[in-house]
Amino acid sequence: MQIYLPIAEMSVDALLILALGGGVGFLSGLFGVGGGFLMTPLLIFIGVPPAVAVGTEANQIVASSVSGVLAHWRRGNVDFKMGLILSVGGFLGSTFGVFLFSILRKLGQIDLVITMSYVFFLGIIGALMMIESIRAMRRSRSPASAGGRTKLHKHTWIHGLPFKMRFQRSKLYISALLPLLIGFFVGILAAIMGVGGGFIMVPAMIYLLGMPTSVVIGTSLFQIIFVTANVTFLQAYANQTVDVVLAILLLTGAVIGAQIGAKAGARLPGEQLRGLLAAMVLLVCGKLLYDLLITPSDIYSIGLGGH
Amino acid sequence: MRRAAFIAIIALSLLTAGHSKAVAQGTPLVADLSDHLVAITTGFAGTDVLLFGATEAEGDVVVAIRGPTNPVTMHRKSRVLGIWANTASMSFERAPSFYSLATSRPLNEVAGRSELERHEIGIEHLKLELPRSKASENVANEWRAALIRTHQSLGTYQSEPGRVRFLGNRLFRAEFHLPANVPTGSYQVHVFLFQNGRVKSAQITPLIVSKIGIQAEVFDFAYQSSALYGVAAIIIALVAGWLGNAIFRKA
Repeated sequence: MQIYLPIAEMSVDALLILALGGGVGFLSGLFGVGGGFLMTPLLIFIGVPPAVAVGTEANQIVASSVSGVLAHWRRGNVDFKMGLILSVGGFLGSTFGVFLFSILRKLGQIDLVITMSYVFFLGIIGALMMIESIRAMRRSRSPASAGGRTKLHKHTWIHGLPFKMRFQRSKLYISALLPLLIGFFVGILAAIMGVGGGFIMVPAMIYLLGMPTSVVIGTSLFQIIFVTANVTFLQAYANQTVDVVLAILLLTGAVIGAQIGAKAGARLPGEQLRGLLAAMVLLVCGKLLYDLLITPSDIYSIGLGGH
Repeated sequence: MRRAAFIAIIALSLLTAGHSKAVAQGTPLVADLSDHLVAITTGFAGTDVLLFGATEAEGDVVVAIRGPTNPVTMHRKSRVLGIWANTASMSFERAPSFYSLATSRPLNEVAGRSELERHEIGIEHLKLELPRSKASENVANEWRAALIRTHQSLGTYQSEPGRVRFLGNRLFRAEFHLPANVPTGSYQVHVFLFQNGRVKSAQITPLIVSKIGIQAEVFDFAYQSSALYGVAAIIIALVAGWLGNAIFRKA
């Protein structure tokens, strides 16, 4: 069933988009990842202009984050105070990101920057995930030697920063500057890459902030709502690159897929699946890198102001 | 078959109507489109446009469809540290966003180069001007060829001229295909009658390509009230997310 996307100005198969949304939603339910980092490149592969893919994907992530955060909220797994500080940083960062996006778009460099950001981050994340899952599979085979008692977290220079704040839910007493800065950095990525940024935010919360893992996902989702809502608004306002028709198709598939994925996750072998996800991330990364390196079929292309 | 019959009837009536008009005003050519509006609706996947008409005299008929003229920026890639990146760009002051041609005989048999250039007939004769200060003639030709090539690969410049078919001696028809990515705006359909390699008569008919219905509303909303559109997009996402959670929690 062909459907014409009013902002992307192209005709696509509605079932293909629903299936894409469902497939990526399934994975995000299975692994608790946002899925934006897979969806945006996939949209670009099927011919959606990169700028529209990024703006629309931000819109879709608002929906999937709301859906996810409600479940975590009910279990009390959201640190709202930390979430708000991260959101303030994210708000500023994503605003700066969209501003950067507009400039790069006018210069004709936005496609390259999007692709290179993906190659860089997907490469790192995919490699880390692959190593982690191979290690875990080995460990499960040979009985693990139990590690010694560790401290809650080490004290480093980070704890000497000013503007200290108490975060009761996370059992932390740290400088507010740190979450602000992390939020800002991830906000820029969210705006340029059309992702929620959970794949950076979650490790940053665990390793840099020292938050307990139980509240990490819920809090990350909570702040992603604000950041992606801000990106959606600014991309729509400044660049007109949010395609609501495409977003609705995607989020319909994604919401259903995520629920099925979450249920399937309980029954499937986790480590092998994680390895599979890592392989997929590396595959997408490889394809994007390949496209940057091979000689293009035509070195000329029509830019902004053309059609 | 029914369509062909219908067209023949219309064309015949047009011929008789055009006959008296042509005699009175001395215009040896009349033509019209089956439809002056191409509506891009939700299910739009390209469409055909039919032009029919009649000539008063012997000759060759050439029909060109031109999309709205816009400024266009082109980029050129080169290798930077192993990666292909846009490193040069050039702006055309005006270029048609769509071009398609149909002829009754191969174009080079219809007329000579200078006549075709004068009337901008054929892709290679389109006036695609670059600011002279920015590009020498050689460089400009490369960019021009690239613009045409890109449009051809997008299907927005159609490289193979279609056929203008004569039904009998005087009636003719030409069929055009507009692809799914056809740009919106006001088009002009130029119909030329050639005799002995010269334009004997010409006529311009308008054609509107426009998004219609919900497509148009979404597009206008996004461009005319961008801030409100952004807010609406967020609200849709918030509601959809909440709905998804609520439905599956019960199930």
